[in-house]
Amino acid sequence: MGVVTPLGCKVDELWARLCRGESGVRPIEGFDVSIFKVRFGGEIQNWNPVEYLDSKEQKRIDRFAQYALVAATDAIRESGLDFAKEDRRRCASVIGSGVGGLGEIEAQFRRLLEKGPERVSAFTIPKMMLNAAAGCVSIQFGLKGPAYGVVTACASASNAVVEAIKEIESGDMDVVITGGSEAAVTPLGIAGFAAMKALSERNDDPQRASRPFDRDRDGFVLSEGAGIVVLEEYEHARKRGAPILAEMLGYGVSSDAGHITQPDENGVGAASAMTDALKSAGLAKDQIDYINAHGTSTPLGDVAETVAMKAVFGEYAHSVPISSTKSQLGHLLGASGGVELVISILAIRNGVIPPTINLENPDPACDLDYTANVARERRVRIAMSNSFGFGGHNVSLIVGELQNGSR
Amino acid sequence: MSSIEERVMKIVSDSLGVGPEQVTRESHFVNDLGADSLDQAELVMALEDEFDISIPEEVASQIQTVGQAIDHIQEAVAEADGEQSGG
Repeated sequence: MGVVTPLGCKVDELWARLCRGESGVRPIEGFDVSIFKVRFGGEIQNWNPVEYLDSKEQKRIDRFAQYALVAATDAIRESGLDFAKEDRRRCASVIGSGVGGLGEIEAQFRRLLEKGPERVSAFTIPKMMLNAAAGCVSIQFGLKGPAYGVVTACASASNAVVEAIKEIESGDMDVVITGGSEAAVTPLGIAGFAAMKALSERNDDPQRASRPFDRDRDGFVLSEGAGIVVLEEYEHARKRGAPILAEMLGYGVSSDAGHITQPDENGVGAASAMTDALKSAGLAKDQIDYINAHGTSTPLGDVAETVAMKAVFGEYAHSVPISSTKSQLGHLLGASGGVELVISILAIRNGVIPPTINLENPDPACDLDYTANVARERRVRIAMSNSFGFGGHNVSLIVGELQNGSR
Repeated sequence: MSSIEERVMKIVSDSLGVGPEQVTRESHFVNDLGADSLDQAELVMALEDEFDISIPEEVASQIQTVGQAIDHIQEAVAEADGEQSGG
């Protein structure tokens, strides 16, 4: 597993800070925000990937793909994989992103207007394209199976993981590097989401701005980073003595087929994704020990997800521990599902549920157990991670501890 | 102000991400400095920006070493200066 997040770029650091209830949200430093309505976010500050990428590569690769490469490198190191010993044609890279190289588009469009078309960089297209993250990982590690991007807004990373599972299930792939990455804390990113009234405007108190399920929430906090895992066929991993951290047990994918940005208020699509995930895993509802909610801190989304969880889990919805780690990290958009899968696996491995911080006055319409403010020790065998995206995309993943190879 | 030669070498080093000690007049962009077609397009643009000149594509494609770039730019800059003082 590998991460780049506003709470640290190492898995251990992220986990320790999450469990302490820290927030990674800060005033934005990357550009002049004085004229912006929203002036804070979960920005990756002091980014210096020199141990991973030389200065030439840094110039040729957009931030979003750099985040993916750094997280993928850590994940691959931990996995112990040596691709020189693998059949490279059976190794793939499937990485989600919501908007790709948005910062590069902005920089080059500025050059186009100010200096003319002859001054637009030759790297514009290879940096901005949404498949650049998957392509760069494939190139860096010599993975010669499929490499592609998956684009479903804030569900991109989870959707990518689903595609990665299918690649393994098809029998054609042994290893898939998967997850998501995003670098949209840019002028256009902030302005665009702010124009939709999707973002919290709590400029005077950024660390308390992301408050999923709280009565006083006023939108999500735009963040950036990456979350990448190495997905490997079980027998392949076992034979090479890999450190198997967890097992993907099931997934569900659906679409609202409703509004382009608003969630279905009854959470019908979200509920279908969760139900299908349970079904594909062959699990009963009460076998889920923890739900890492999508929980973005928007007024409509948190209620819709709560309604959906109640529809799926019935009475058990009131006893299963839920949390939204977006309360601490903000919303990493197309990377969020990757980071949250990593967090779900950490919850399983550490027996701790990270909290939903800033949950001071629960919204009466959000009346489940969201693990308010303080981490909780609990044996977690199986966790569910939800991701929903603009466009009406719903993805639910189920991950569990390894069943002593009995599966 | 540093000489044209020094300025070209600095841009080559920055643009291609190679150490200044690797850049000599004899350095071949592709064979010695590892430039690909995208790097070369970026480099030409950076040189045009720095010296406020235009390097036509047919000329750019003939420039394969740092020394050739320096010679061409010295000529182009002298020409531009001549035009200015003459006009």
